[in-house]
Amino acid sequence: MVGELSGILDHVDRIGKLDLEGVEPTSHVVELENVLRPDEPRPSLARDVALAPAPDPYEGAFRAPSPQADA
Amino acid sequence: MSDLLELSVAEAAAKIAAGEISSDEYFQAWRAAALGDELNAYLWQVEEGNGYEVQEGPLKGIPIAVKDIFCTEGSPTTAGSRILEGYRPPYTATAVRQLDDAGARVLGKTNMDEFAMGSSNENSAYGPVLNPWDRERVPGGSSGGSAAAVAGGLAPCAIGTDTGGSIRQPASLCGIVGLKPTYGAISRYGMIAFASSLDQCGPLTRDVTDAALLLAALQGRDPCDSTSVGIEGGIVAPSREDLAGLRFGVPAELARDEIDAGVREVFEATLKRIEGLGGEIAEVALPSAEHGISAYYVIAPAEASSNLARYDGVRYGMRSESAGDLLEMYETTRAEGFGPEVKRRIMLGTYALSSGYYEAYYGQAQKVRTRIAEDFDSAFAGVDFVITPTSPSVAFGLGEKTDDPLAMYLNDFFTVPMSLAGIPAISIPAGLAEPPGGGQELPVGFQIAAPAFGEQKLLEAAYALEREIGFDARPGGVDG
Repeated sequence: MVGELSGILDHVDRIGKLDLEGVEPTSHVVELENVLRPDEPRPSLARDVALAPAPDPYEGAFRAPSPQADA
Repeated sequence: MSDLLELSVAEAAAKIAAGEISSDEYFQAWRAAALGDELNAYLWQVEEGNGYEVQEGPLKGIPIAVKDIFCTEGSPTTAGSRILEGYRPPYTATAVRQLDDAGARVLGKTNMDEFAMGSSNENSAYGPVLNPWDRERVPGGSSGGSAAAVAGGLAPCAIGTDTGGSIRQPASLCGIVGLKPTYGAISRYGMIAFASSLDQCGPLTRDVTDAALLLAALQGRDPCDSTSVGIEGGIVAPSREDLAGLRFGVPAELARDEIDAGVREVFEATLKRIEGLGGEIAEVALPSAEHGISAYYVIAPAEASSNLARYDGVRYGMRSESAGDLLEMYETTRAEGFGPEVKRRIMLGTYALSSGYYEAYYGQAQKVRTRIAEDFDSAFAGVDFVITPTSPSVAFGLGEKTDDPLAMYLNDFFTVPMSLAGIPAISIPAGLAEPPGGGQELPVGFQIAAPAFGEQKLLEAAYALEREIGFDARPGGVDG
């Protein structure tokens, strides 16, 4: 994989040589202005429904291994 | 039964609305066809019965194959990845819900390159999809299952997603119509994210009219996706029969691009047809388009590396059995759950976003993106459409490009610039050509791109051209 990644980066490096001084970067193509909606509560997924796809749900929560080994 | 399968979606919908055929009879005919899938096009198919109620609407009773990247409540949704094996989403994507509201019904979920990363469908964790024209060849990707299902007579129509060509390229390689709408035309809510500033849903159909019919139901603003705006005025069935007064721009750069001789021949013949219909061919310049692939393979992996961080083995999807502490669990889950192409892109993306390289890669790529969008703006000042072959080649052999990711990426050469600019583009089948080494003739796609939100005009032109081309070849001559 190292060789493949190097090959891809070599190709991509071509854009590094372009003179793009002063060009505005595009992060997004749709021109949108931020709008705020009224702060009204809306229904959301029930807790048991949201937990159903989790590998290890436990007492109404997502359970994960301890961050510390042998804890 | 087989007569039902010959109808286009628009014809079937009209017959169902007129009461000439029953929606259930039509659906069952397609279900039987889908069950005969020998192409590995489907990852899941709907079960019989289950008390489904067909909604009244323009797509009443129409079965639809849905790329497995769209969340469907209660049905498996894998995005072609092991890491989501067994995942059953608790909600349905807006695009699928809108089709459902229009009366359509999910027939099955289609195979795809893992997280939509690929151009051949060989990156699926569930095996490659076979091209119905030649089962030794790829259907294209990443919406390869959707394209093969429609081309192979396993679904009347399908939806897919296009980030850099993932609808248009497989449509081209399978001899069907594929439309990538303007970014923002269709909600991305519930569509599993690859590169959020590029991903867009669209139809894969047998003809342009069916693509318009699906787009009409799919488009719209969705409060759940702040980047969705819909298409003002909606979409109606195209009816234009000529191209008089329309100007089609051929990029001057095309002359030196590497294109298969057979593909170039079909492209040139299509230009003649455009002129025959009264359209005018002009030359346009897209000088920055040649850097599209480089910019794309920085921007898309960068966004993917952020989006895919959510697969942590905690909230959904698989968790490695051999997990130790939390960090080990993250690492082993991702090592076991992600395939090689996804790992490659996460590494490229994190590298491109890392401190010290950010400006050189991501910053520079975003500026190239601006330049490409400006190229199209300049081109559209003088022409109505920009046209190219959809793909530089016909369908290539299974395994032919899997050892060379860069060669695979370059297959998206003609489709990536439109994605970066966010503009709509359609691929329609324009003819057949022999592969470079000789052999059975395979479909060649013709790409037409329009300014942002110019879908109706784009569909009208594609419709007129489709009639003139009269492409009626079907796969199955060799392998059955």
